[in-house]
Parts: sequence; C-alpha cells; structure tokens
Amino acid sequence: MIIGIDVGGTHTDAVLIKDRRLVKKAKFLTRQDHLMASLLSAADHLLAGEDVSRIERLTISTTLSTNAIVEQKIDRVGMVISAGPGLSPALLPKFQDAYHVSGYMNHRGIEAASLKEQEIEGILDDFRKKGIRHAGVAGKFSCRNPQQEIRIGDELKHATDHVSLGHRMSGRLNFPRRMATTYLNAAVWSRHRQFVREVEDFMAEKRITAPCYILKADGGTIELPQSADTPAQTILSGPAASIMGTLPFVKPGQDAVILDIGGTTTDIAVLADGIPLLEPLGVTLGGYKTLIRGLRTRSIGIGGDSTVRIVQGRLAIGPERTGPAVAFGGADPTPTDAMVVLGLLQIGNRQAAGQALQTLAGQMNHSLPELAEMVFSLTCDLISQAVMDVIEEINSQPVYTIHELLEGKTIVPKALYVVGGPAAVMAAPLGQRLEYPSHVPENAEVANAIGVALSRTTAEVALLADTERGVLTVAEEGLQMPISKRFTREEAIGFAREKLLEKARRLGASEQDMDMEITEDQVFPMVRDFYATGKNIRIKVQIKPGLLSYLQGGD
Amino acid sequence: MGKKSKKTGLIFFPAFDWAISPTHPEREERLLYTQDQVFEEGLLDFENIVEYKPGLATTEDIDRTHICVPDAASVTTDSHLIAAGGAIRAARAVLEKEVDNAFALVRPPGHHAMKVVHGARGFCNVNMEAIMIDYIRRHYGPKRIAVIDTDCHHGDGTQDIFWHDPQTLCISIHQDGRTLYPGTGFHQEMGGPNALGTTINIPLPPGTSDEGFFHTLDHVILPILEEFKPDLIINSAGQDNHYTDPITNMRFTAQGYARLNEKLAPDIAVLEGGYSIEKALPYVNVGIILAMSGLDYSCVREPDYDAASLKQTNDITRFVEKSAEMAYQVWKERKTFREKIVGRNRSMTRRKHIYYDTDGISEEQEETVRICEDCGGVVTIDSQADTGRKIFAVIVPYLACPRCRQAGEEAYDKADRRGYAGVYFQDKDRDLFLVK
Repeated sequence: MIIGIDVGGTHTDAVLIKDRRLVKKAKFLTRQDHLMASLLSAADHLLAGEDVSRIERLTISTTLSTNAIVEQKIDRVGMVISAGPGLSPALLPKFQDAYHVSGYMNHRGIEAASLKEQEIEGILDDFRKKGIRHAGVAGKFSCRNPQQEIRIGDELKHATDHVSLGHRMSGRLNFPRRMATTYLNAAVWSRHRQFVREVEDFMAEKRITAPCYILKADGGTIELPQSADTPAQTILSGPAASIMGTLPFVKPGQDAVILDIGGTTTDIAVLADGIPLLEPLGVTLGGYKTLIRGLRTRSIGIGGDSTVRIVQGRLAIGPERTGPAVAFGGADPTPTDAMVVLGLLQIGNRQAAGQALQTLAGQMNHSLPELAEMVFSLTCDLISQAVMDVIEEINSQPVYTIHELLEGKTIVPKALYVVGGPAAVMAAPLGQRLEYPSHVPENAEVANAIGVALSRTTAEVALLADTERGVLTVAEEGLQMPISKRFTREEAIGFAREKLLEKARRLGASEQDMDMEITEDQVFPMVRDFYATGKNIRIKVQIKPGLLSYLQGGD
Repeated sequence: MGKKSKKTGLIFFPAFDWAISPTHPEREERLLYTQDQVFEEGLLDFENIVEYKPGLATTEDIDRTHICVPDAASVTTDSHLIAAGGAIRAARAVLEKEVDNAFALVRPPGHHAMKVVHGARGFCNVNMEAIMIDYIRRHYGPKRIAVIDTDCHHGDGTQDIFWHDPQTLCISIHQDGRTLYPGTGFHQEMGGPNALGTTINIPLPPGTSDEGFFHTLDHVILPILEEFKPDLIINSAGQDNHYTDPITNMRFTAQGYARLNEKLAPDIAVLEGGYSIEKALPYVNVGIILAMSGLDYSCVREPDYDAASLKQTNDITRFVEKSAEMAYQVWKERKTFREKIVGRNRSMTRRKHIYYDTDGISEEQEETVRICEDCGGVVTIDSQADTGRKIFAVIVPYLACPRCRQAGEEAYDKADRRGYAGVYFQDKDRDLFLVK
C-alpha cells in the first residue's frame, strides 16, 4: 500500500491506496501554527488499524518552505555574488547581506577574471561579526563552469552551517534567478532539515521502514533525505499535487486542460500529450523568480469566494476576496452565493446569499434569479477566456529553429478536467464555452493527496560539451571533465542519459519509472577564422513528470 | 533604474538550424553566445521586455518590395521568410502600440539586397528593413521613415531600394568603401533626382572609435533627423563596427552601441551583420536591448575591453570631422544639387553593374526614372544577369501622381515580353504585383 499526504494551506488531505484502489481518504483543516502536527495526525488517522509493514511508500507534500518564505520566517543568508560585467547591480535581485566579489566566467565557461582571496577572507570576517551561519554563492555562468563557486563554497563552509551553491540549483541559464534560487535554498535549509528529522523520527516511532518521499514543484518526488540539501525544490508543490492527482483520470496521450477552482483563485494547467507542461525556467514565489522546476500553472484571481461588485454599471468579479461567501457568513456577495441562489449548490445559508445579491440586482434593474445567472455566467466566461489566453500564450512561445517554427507542436486541448469546490456545477458550462468535453474526476476533494501518493521521481540533467576546449560540464552534478576533440553528439546523449539514471536512482526512482526524454539536442559546429575548430554540444535529458507505473495495468 | 524605462519588444530568431555553408560566417553558431548572454542576464524576465515569436513573411510581402528573378520562391528560403517575418512582427508590435520600440534579432541579414534580386550578395537575399517598411506603409498608411544603417558595410541594398523615395531617409555610416565591401557609400551618392538628399552617406576611416561615431551622430544624423521629422526611425543595426570583428577594421564598443541606440532612440532595430560571435555580439546585443528598454547599461563591458588601446588617432578624428561635414552639406544643399543635376531633363537613367558575391552572379542594369515634382517618379528597370535571365520592370511609387501612374501603366502595357524572361509591374500605391 502507498500513502499520500498533502499538507496544504487550508486543508490537509490524506489517502491510502491498496492494490490500485483508494481505500481510505481523509480531509482535515491544517493547523497553520503546527504543520507537523497536521501531517502526523493525518498519518495516524490513515494508519489506524493498518499493518505498517505493508507500506510500500509514503509521500508527503508540504507548504512548510513555501509558508516560511511568504511569511519571511527564514534564516539570514550571506549571499556571495560574482556578477562580472553586464546588468547593473541595481537591476539584480537584492539581498540584505550581499557581497559582490571579483572574478567571473564568460558565456563559454572560460574564467574571464579570477577570484581574490582577500575578498573572501573579508566576507568571512563579516559573517562572524554578524553571526551569519547560512550562505549562498551565485556566479554568472556558473552553470557553464562551477569552479569559482566551488572554491568560494569551500572557503565558506568551515565558518557556516550550510552553503548553497548556484550551479547545484539548476543547469539552466538565468543569473538573477540563480541568485534568488540559491538564496531561498539557503534561507529554508535549516527549517527543512528540521522537518526531515521530525518525519524520520515519526517513521522510526511507527516502525515504518518503507521509503519516504517528498513532492517537488515539478510534480516529481524525491526521497526525503535526498531533499535535505536542495529544499528549494519542494517549494510550491501544492499546485503540482492537484495536477498530478488529476492525471489518473485523464485519457493518456491527450492535450487537455486542468482547472482547480478554489476560493480565491482558479489555477489553470495544461497537458501536452497527457504530460503536464513545465514552467520554461522556474516557479515564482514571494516576488522571487526562480530556477526551481515547476509545473506550469496560471493562477487567476477568480474563485468561488471572489467579491462580486458593480463597477461603472457593470458586474465585476475578483480579484479580491474579502472573506467567505455570504452563505457562509461572509460580508460580500460571491459567485458561490450566486450558485447557492440558483440552487446549483445545496450548501450554506441560501436566504443570506439571496439578500446579498438582491442589493446588486436592485442596482442593475434585474430580478434576483437573473442577476444570479449573470454572475454565474460571467464567472464561467472569465475563467474560460483565461484558459484560451493560456493556450494562446503557450502556442505563441518563441522557438529558435526553423524546424520548430514550421513543424512545432501546437496544443489543441481535447478535454477539460475540473477540480475544486464548485467543480461539479461549473464543469459543464465551462466545457461548453471552451468547446471540448469536461470531466470531474472521482475523489476530486482529495485529488491533491492522490497526486502526492502516485507521482514518480523526476530529474533533469543538462550537459554542455565544448570540444574546442575539450571540456564536458554537467554543472548541477558539479561535474567537469576532459573530453576528446572527437567527442560526438551520440556520446554526449549517452553520457547525459547515464548521469540522469544515476541521479534518478540516487533520488529514489524505481527502475520501471525511468521514462527518459531528450528535451534539448543541439550541436553547433564551431568555426574560427574560417576553420572548423570543434563542436558545441548541448543536451538536456529528463525524467518527465508522471504517475508511478505501479498504477498501470489496473482498472 | 534612474532612466525612463520603455517597453521593448524582442524578436529573437537565431535560426539555429540554418547556415549559408558550414564554415560561412552566417552559420548556426552566429547568435548562440548572444542567446546565452541574453538568457543568463535574465533580460526576458524584465516586465518591460517582451519576446515575440516571428511569423513568416509571405510572397506578397516580398513582391511588394523586390523584383525577384524569376520569382520570390526561387531566391528565398524559410530562413529569409522568418527573418523578414521577424522584422514585420517587430513593426506590428510598435505600430499596434503593444510596445514603445522593438528589436528584431534575426538572421540572415538583408541590407545588401537591392530592388532587383538575381541571387545573394553580401550574405543577403532579400532586404528585411525594406520589406518591413513597405509592409508598414501598406498596413498603417503613409509614413515618413528614416533608416539609419549602422552596419560597418555600406547599406547599398537599402540605398538602392529607396533611391527614388523622398519619404524615406537613408543614412548609412560605414567603413570607407575604398577599404571594405561593397566598395560604395561615398558622399556623392545622394539619391535619385526626385529624392536628392534623402540618401546620405558617411564613410568613416578604418580605426574609428566611439568618439568618431558619436561625432557623426551628433553633427549629422541627429540634426538631419530633427529636420526630416520622420514618423519612424529604423536602425539597420549591424554589429560589425566592433573592435573584435574579424572582417572589418573599426574600434566601436558595446558601450558605444548601447549609447548610440539610446541617443538615436530607434522605434525599430533590425540586426544586420556582425561576426565577432563570441567577443562582441553577446555584449553588444545585451547593451542594445538594455538601452532600447531604458535600463541601465553602464556595466555592460567586454571582458577584454581596454579604453586606451581603442582610442582613435588625431588623423582619424580629422578625417571623421571632414566626412561628417561633407555629409551634412549634401543635406543642406540638396535643392541646389538637384537643380544642377536635373537641369531640363524629363527623365534620368543610371547604369549599374551589380556583383552578387555570395552567389557569383553579375548583373547589368539600366534604371530610368521620370523627373517628377509631385511624387517619387515612375521607374523602369532593364536588367540582365549572367545567369542568362533578362527582365524588365515597371515600378509605380507610393503616393504616385496621376501622370507617373499613367506613364507606368502604359510602359507595362507596351512592354514586349519577347527577349525577356519576365516583365514585372509593381504598383506600390495600389499594392499590385503583375508578371507577364
């Protein structure tokens, strides 16, 4: 049996799956002051009467790090930055304790200026003076050559509890995002470590020996101990949980849209050939744009509890939410109230909802049912319009080769899946507007926990081989090694695959779940003074987000 | 930021799967390091920098500008259609007011492609800026447009296309034609009789540095723009004036390029040449994008930048000042020059020998324009290339006067197909393209 627990912002969902069947589900209010307690009581509930020795895996998703960042309950981080020339420091992300050092790499990963030892010594002095125990090191183009970051890290680690290195965060290019990601990773490191320890203690106490996984923002899982040094990856796993939880109900191989209609917002996600799309660079959290791999979601400020108002004689919905629907004791009318008035939802105080909407109806010279219908209809219009915008945006995403421009994939959704409170009521009218069939998955109320339970391990490896310099780099793995001038694209792909397998195994992937995919495959002949001097080979491989093969072959 | 930020559209299309030939400077690798630098600097994350996907230019878009022999499809590949489509996308973003300005970082370049196209010259088949300008006029109405060609090579193609167009100001600054391809671009090339002075050439000596470029900008380009009052300024933005460029001899820097774009404030910039793909382009392009979007570019610098070694000599300074003065004189005295050149002629003919270095084709051309006070004047072209193809073309200009229109229509009707591979009629005013 496998267990999934999602400790979300409002609710904690938990499921227990046995022989491919959901046998237990539970939903609790999350204790904001004590996430660990929420997690443990959900686990206790599921495990009551179960034989813990039969647990095959336990997976957790938590908002712990996300909340810590949003609420600024994080450690003070000394950020050591080697930016070199380029963007003015005024345009880069700012940190309270930032130390700019000399030395930088150029775009090919060639050291353009070297480090100065005395600068690092000065920084260590300052760390001691200020009591800084956590550090981040981010260098421009460190994903092309991590040596300077590694050297700075070596100097800092003796004087600190933890050092996060930029090149370990992602193999992708984007220096400001690398800075932000490195900072966040260092800032939540100790909190996450504490969490890992508490979960391990709990498992020991309950005598659970099965592996424990944690969900990442990209909808993949990694074994809990493996997340210890890269906690940033576990940020924003909530939206990923709900998308992954819908996947078991999606027809495989299809382009589709998943909507999660919540109280404040509606999250839109898109599947291409049945696989959730990833953010091109990374997720954004608390104003930080990062390189954290995450599922691509667009959140719009329209949900069941969005405030309905009249602006210049016309109805307007959201993006603010002043509280719950009037039907549940709130102050301002909401789409939920409209659905209650229309009898679409049999919940809450219908009379109160009616009174609140009656005021608006009066102002607009409509009857109450007319107005309720208008609100409901506008809510569906706005959401479906946002879905169309998202599809349009994905399809007009820039590409850089003629082949992709002429032959590139276009997303044409064939189905809509709706989860969240009003899913059952809104799915049909939304599907009508979008002109594709809509579905409401079973057990939608615990979709998040299902997603958490069933997601497989994901990993990515980015490789750069520069045969002119005779150097191969897989920065995220801290790897640089000499290669022959005759190193080929095929060898590069082979090597990248090998590294990906190693990494995925280390992170806890099982052999049957190594669904590899090449996401970048480019070879550039290098020519200097009209003579071919080498090749610049760029390969990215990944294990894409998906469900455990455990599920396949069942009903 | 300190400076006023602008919303900038970026059309980035490096065509990573296209080369003229494997070791040609115009190859897959050309914008690779530029892309790396632009991505690594995180420029696309700025709210005021928006990336657009290019579309494909259509045959109609090309036929509106060029006379392609035998036809547009034969002289273009998908990469040309995308590069032209990228320039058009940039123009649309600006004219639809989605952005304040736009930069089409596309390849291959186009500024050596002339009106008649028998093949490729100077790595160019079709002219991206010219196709874009004709598209703008077709879709957004008549506009006075200034093209400032800042490539190190004379923008001879753009000059040829707008030679007779008084509504298009073409200013080219470039390394002196006696020392560099294509060997033209001297002061006395000042436009056709109906558009005299709206072609301005400023040849600069090898070794010109930032100082020299800013002298011409301050003393020629900006004052002329002030008087010409264009609706749109287009930078035909070559990056081969850079001190590391392998096929030219100038000393311009990334800082220089950024500042030039800040001062020139183009509405649209379109990439042309520039082949120092590792040492110049990444820094020059980051500088231009920052400058166009009004962001601080003061920290953009090449790793090997050394101010002292890039200073220009006093001789060069004097040469630059003299060249600038002569160029400005062309503009100031354009009416006098016109009277002198036109005299009592009712039409004027120029004969051109055009060599297509990239494709190894030679063309002999005779171009006749009707002298006209009211429009750019109807043009007829008789062209023969050593491919064996001989063509005749009639071009009715934008805002054609009734008499030029009538003359053009008669010339096309009268033209005998015999002896020609094709007879073409291009009516820019009515957006009509006929072949017989």
